[in-house]
Amino acid sequence: MYTQGLDGKAERGVQSSPGASPRLVSAEDLHFQERIDAEEKIEPRDWMPDGYRRTLVRQISQHAHSEIVGMLPEGNWITRAPSLRRKVALLAKVQDEGGHGLYLYSAAETLGVSRDELVGQLLSGKAKYSSIFNYPTPSWADIGAIGWLVDGAAIMNQVPLCRCSYGPYARAMVRVCREESFHQRQGYELMLALATGTAEQKRMAQAALDRWWWPSLMMFGPSDDQSAHSAQNMAWKIKRFSNDELRQRFVDATVPQAEFLGLTIPDPELRFDDQTGHYAFGAIDWTEFNEILKGNGPCNRERIEARRKAWDDGAWVREAAAAHAAKRSRRALKKAG
Amino acid sequence: MDRKDWPLFEIFIRPKNGLSHKHVGSLHAADARMALDNARDVYTRRGEGVSVWAVPAASIAASDPSDKASLFEPADDKVYRHPTFYDIPPEVKNI
Repeated sequence: MYTQGLDGKAERGVQSSPGASPRLVSAEDLHFQERIDAEEKIEPRDWMPDGYRRTLVRQISQHAHSEIVGMLPEGNWITRAPSLRRKVALLAKVQDEGGHGLYLYSAAETLGVSRDELVGQLLSGKAKYSSIFNYPTPSWADIGAIGWLVDGAAIMNQVPLCRCSYGPYARAMVRVCREESFHQRQGYELMLALATGTAEQKRMAQAALDRWWWPSLMMFGPSDDQSAHSAQNMAWKIKRFSNDELRQRFVDATVPQAEFLGLTIPDPELRFDDQTGHYAFGAIDWTEFNEILKGNGPCNRERIEARRKAWDDGAWVREAAAAHAAKRSRRALKKAG
Repeated sequence: MDRKDWPLFEIFIRPKNGLSHKHVGSLHAADARMALDNARDVYTRRGEGVSVWAVPAASIAASDPSDKASLFEPADDKVYRHPTFYDIPPEVKNI
């Protein structure tokens, strides 16, 4: 579903501050940057700087973890969906998120990390994932708001990643983006049904918008001047647009959609600026974001516990599958011998 | 916690008859049969294919990117391998 800049610290050995004189630039580094500047794609076995590899492993694996953890808040409502139509849509969406996690883990593995290592980092609580999935989904309307806003923000962020310089990541993102637009549309349709329904349903829709608006804006990550990796990631063409640029695009696209629903965006400072042609919006409360990243969000513990339980409960399946595979290969050998 | 790594399979899908199988990604599975089942769920949820190949990644022999120049550049200066290298008068048709 989504990736965001989660680390405050700059990568060691990587020149990330804009304007800083480059250190330790080798002929290989220069040649690599030339390839990037010429819009060539980098493939798994090509030479690449260590910082490029580390950045990608971190970003792709965080993205994969986000997809996997992202199944949890929505999975919460599958059994209680109000109609079969909504239920099959939600099931398909949650299944897609699982698939997206797998495409992304597979892209991360091309950089030389193992799947077990990545899963281990998620289960141990060491790995980070998108802050948005640490919020609860207390009402059915939250499912609509997630599809509309969270997937909407994800699409805004992921479409440029289809042109990322690293081939396997870009290809995975093409598949993800193709599937993601159904997610956003089903969410908006759900919100529309509630917003045009009874007074109580409309209140539910408004409450969900109130809950998800600000966390959705935070999905784009810290402001450009606070984002340690931005400059280097732009130079490497891992990232194509800054966090603030993408956030602005999302606001511009979403405000008219909220107006159509007859709902109010919970920001008293929100207004259209005739001079810039964009919506101006209020300041984001980053203390909330930082608390969630530190593990103090409303659902951080619950999410990791759910993943650990799924892993532990699945242990017998993994053992049985391995035993079955071993038996079949013994039989095949015997037959051949 | 037992985490014995399952082998990696590269997955290829034929979008429809008449087209070649194309690489779409990879997945881990205990054996080839499970790889095929999972590939169907992971890579063909929207009618992307009519046939799946699962190939153990360890079985693929690949050229080294650093050999790219010696392997592929010799073809670049052999313009006589292309039809446009040959001069044919315009009045000659169907050639």
